[in-house]
Amino acid sequence: MNQALYLITFSLLGFSAIKSMNKTKLALKKAFKSFEAMLPQILTIILVIGVVIAALSPEQIASIMGSNSGWFGVLIASLIGAITLMPGFVAFPLAATLLSQGAGLPQIAAFISSLMMVGFVTLPLEMQHFGKKAALLRNGLAFIFSFVVAIIMGVVLG
Amino acid sequence: MKLTLKRYRMVLLMIVVYTILYFSFNPLFNPAVSGSIRSLTELLIVVPPIFILIGLLDVWVEREKMMKLMGPESKGLGLLIAFLLGSVAAGPLYAAFPVAITLLKKGSSFRNVLVLLGAWSTTKIPMLMFESTSMGLSFTITRFVINLFGIMAIALISEKLLSEKTILTISEKFSQS
Repeated sequence: MNQALYLITFSLLGFSAIKSMNKTKLALKKAFKSFEAMLPQILTIILVIGVVIAALSPEQIASIMGSNSGWFGVLIASLIGAITLMPGFVAFPLAATLLSQGAGLPQIAAFISSLMMVGFVTLPLEMQHFGKKAALLRNGLAFIFSFVVAIIMGVVLG
Repeated sequence: MKLTLKRYRMVLLMIVVYTILYFSFNPLFNPAVSGSIRSLTELLIVVPPIFILIGLLDVWVEREKMMKLMGPESKGLGLLIAFLLGSVAAGPLYAAFPVAITLLKKGSSFRNVLVLLGAWSTTKIPMLMFESTSMGLSFTITRFVINLFGIMAIALISEKLLSEKTILTISEKFSQS
């Protein structure tokens, strides 16, 4: 997957360089500037989340999100999903582990949904880009949506 | 130099925290580091090419072209492009923010940008593959179908609830830069 991304990026970059060296330089300069602009915040977030996740054991999480935990479990699952940030290739195996350790399906669905769509720790960054209102609204709606996902997944697959 | 230090002060603080973990709460240190390394790999390997693509988009794609493809008048085509663009994307959601801003600046409608964010967050194709291997196909497909509606609903509701003025401010804030 990453190979495809690099292949596309380098092909377009080469194409751009053939057409105009100046524009390509400008593009790279813009790319570096905006990447570096978000770097301090992202690095901090990653390091904080690393400690938070290390402090929670899968057994603990699974017991809070147990199949008998009901609405409260769904709420906790959504909250945990909202405040954590991890790449999908870490999140899905974790979700599968949690399920096998007794977490309920609707709870896991809520966790995954809010993990992917709600970003509490990246909220300040999102506000910088889209303004307070739009960022809060998107995250709020996505948080509510994770309950909808939990209900439907529970009904369809439960 | 001093400014750089100031900007990275929280990162430095976290390095101090990790050092304390290493000496005083050693069992937490290794899982914390390996967890961070996985996210850092994503940040350093997947995110930079995305920013290069944003840069290229910014210098090469003309505003008129983008207006036609993803602007307020683009209807179904714009929605489809936004959804596909988000779904073929790679990388964490925070990398989608600058993409979204560049599209807005180039004349994409706010609704289409919200659809892009929705798709980027949850229907990315590489992620769907991870999801189906870990969680099974029926879980993945059910969630995907719910998400199609969810993404549209969130985009439409957000656009409805935000006043035109707010949306205009967001779009204009970046159109000069």
